[in-house]
Amino acid sequence: MSEHASHDLPFWRKYIFSTDHKVIGIQYLITGLLFLLFGFILMLILRWQLAYPGQPLPFIGHLFPESQMIGGIMLPEFYYQLGAMHGTIMVFLGVVPVAVGGFGNFVMPLQIGAPDMAFPKLNMMSYWLYFIGAVIMIASFFVPGGAAQSGWTSYPPLSNIASVGQTFWLVGMAFMINSSLLGSINFITTIIQLRAPGLTFNRLPFFVWAQFVTSFLLLLAFPPLMAASVMQLMDRVAHTSFFMPTGLVVNGALSSVSGGGSPLLWQHLFWFLAHPEVYVLILPAMGIVGEIIACNTRKPLYGYKALVYSVIYIGVLSFVVWAHHMFLTGMGTTMSAFFQVTTMIISIPSVVILTTFVLSLWGGSIRFSVPMLFALAFLPMFGVGGLTGLPLGLATADIHLHDTYYVIGHFHYVVAPGTLFALFAGVYYWFPKATGRMMSDKLGRIHFFLSFIFMNGIFLPMFIMGLAGVSRRLYDPTQFAHNLSTQPLNVVMSISAWLLGLSQIPFIINFFGSIFRGKKVDNNPWKATTLEWTAPSPPPHGNFATEPHVHRGPYEYSVPGAKQDFIPQSAPEGAR
Amino acid sequence: MSGDSGIRYISHPHPVTGVTNSKLGIWCFLASEVMLFGGLFSAYILLRMGAASWPEGSAILNVPLATLNTMILITSSVTMVMSWASLALKDFKKYRWFMAVTILLGLAFLVVKGFEYAHKFEHHHTPSTNTFYAIYFTLTGLHGLHVLGGILVNTYFLFPGSALWKKDPDQFMGRIEAAGLYWHFVDLVWIFLFPVLYLL
Repeated sequence: MSEHASHDLPFWRKYIFSTDHKVIGIQYLITGLLFLLFGFILMLILRWQLAYPGQPLPFIGHLFPESQMIGGIMLPEFYYQLGAMHGTIMVFLGVVPVAVGGFGNFVMPLQIGAPDMAFPKLNMMSYWLYFIGAVIMIASFFVPGGAAQSGWTSYPPLSNIASVGQTFWLVGMAFMINSSLLGSINFITTIIQLRAPGLTFNRLPFFVWAQFVTSFLLLLAFPPLMAASVMQLMDRVAHTSFFMPTGLVVNGALSSVSGGGSPLLWQHLFWFLAHPEVYVLILPAMGIVGEIIACNTRKPLYGYKALVYSVIYIGVLSFVVWAHHMFLTGMGTTMSAFFQVTTMIISIPSVVILTTFVLSLWGGSIRFSVPMLFALAFLPMFGVGGLTGLPLGLATADIHLHDTYYVIGHFHYVVAPGTLFALFAGVYYWFPKATGRMMSDKLGRIHFFLSFIFMNGIFLPMFIMGLAGVSRRLYDPTQFAHNLSTQPLNVVMSISAWLLGLSQIPFIINFFGSIFRGKKVDNNPWKATTLEWTAPSPPPHGNFATEPHVHRGPYEYSVPGAKQDFIPQSAPEGAR
Repeated sequence: MSGDSGIRYISHPHPVTGVTNSKLGIWCFLASEVMLFGGLFSAYILLRMGAASWPEGSAILNVPLATLNTMILITSSVTMVMSWASLALKDFKKYRWFMAVTILLGLAFLVVKGFEYAHKFEHHHTPSTNTFYAIYFTLTGLHGLHVLGGILVNTYFLFPGSALWKKDPDQFMGRIEAAGLYWHFVDLVWIFLFPVLYLL
């Protein structure tokens, strides 16, 4: 196959403007991890204000300019910038680039036995569009008035009249949307066209299925947000009134716009993207967990077909649940009834997936490796996140819980100890494939147990606060008497968050240290069956020395009568 | 290109799916475009349903000019097909001729559109006038950008991009087909835009 002279490429072509899916995947992964850290640090700063409202931030408080903190005391404007940008950065610049751009790019072509993505140049462009969009987002902190501060949902009319940072947010988002569009086209084409001979859809690893469905969500759900962003941009720049109602009063004066627009329109278009986006965050994580559970229990995934159908079912249904975020907008009981029914229905395939994962553990000889620890922790954490979502999906319960800390606790359980744990699991699992070296087991365990404790220390109290009626967007929670009884929990959560920050140090040391000093391992250190483990570690340009042929399903572990407890997918027919 | 990267189905279709990579890719892209314009069309519906009064498009917009533009775009779609068909008949000269006409028709569309816009601005009818003009300018503006994009791609295939014809005619034909699919889509969007904005 492609033993051509890629080693002759100059440095900037090989590692920076590369068209190799593995390099692009690693670029996505590292950039995304850095943005996860950045978004996390924003929250670490914000949590000081929540734990100790109105007190000066120690040590670093005086480093911030007057527009953000006065004498180390955070201004409300800055507080809302931190909140809005934390959400935006974590979702669009952190988790999705790592889960889809990073793992999808690196692992998927290897798992299907392809030499590269179908469109390598588009792949490169997709990364660089993401990069430019990210730079624009970060740059918005330095414009007059600071970054976007209308929440990560950017609801108008507030976002329409916000400072220029919101325009940066919209332009940055346009770059992100086009980046994910190019990426999803590439993923779909690659999975349909470039599977190795014999790798039928029924033999696809679950991870590839998850990426496949995710790509359709990105392809079809993002464009309506693009339309909405264009309209909000028009509202802000050309003074149209798409989202500006008639008779809007701003700062005590009647707004001068023509009016006639609908703020609800933005919410519909935004959530039409943002609900499928939730599944964009969770499906690749489920894919990673599925791979790791099969390999580390040494038995096939329980109910492979049920898993695949559930993933497809989730993908389709995720397009008709969006308005359960909008029960309080007064859109009417008929609409609410429809969307709470679809929301209850979509929980079924999610439960099926979680249940099959739990059942997969039954009777397995479980290896408690670091990736497996994270994957195992994913199950109950995602379970808590999913189950606490049910009351939010019912309009009556949602009236009480909407916009309280309960919602924050719910979706953070899905995304933080859920998806993020799966992503960490993936990093530990595929690190030897990307580098040829293992990450340290000891540091990995320290990282896992500390993260597990402090994650729960942050998010569990949120449910209690939410049920007590604490609103999610308060600059100073102590200004309302009903929040005072739960205020000590804010201190617990903040200290947990800062300790969680410290718990990531072993991971950072482990990640960069192991690139140079990790234990060298062979091509298949986990004794796994899928195709990526038959390629050299790290895989060369073109991936496989000879094109692999697939003769069996993805999870042939512990086959009775076989010599080894795993049979690679590419092992010839009748191999034992 | 197809040889050294090891990526298959660049020039020739996959035996099972029956399409090349680029054709599948362009169909995916068009699917997302449907969702993009779909989002804007639903915004149109929602704004119009919620409006106290909605102007009659034919009363304030120039229907004859728009009809002319419709004709121009449909003709350009025909010439686009002809350019692809000329390649199928191995007539490269004719391909260039039809491609040039397609590009010129696209430019003519934009010029007519420009006159329409200029006329509106003269009468101080801008996007901020009311929500009808807001959605009119946004939809036609976005469509105009799509036409411009198509013109740029076609111009590339008329001049530097056509060098591929000598190296790999099948791949080049595939590219023209993909560009054609996009061009027809842009045409189709106008077929929806025209009655919705100008006639209804």
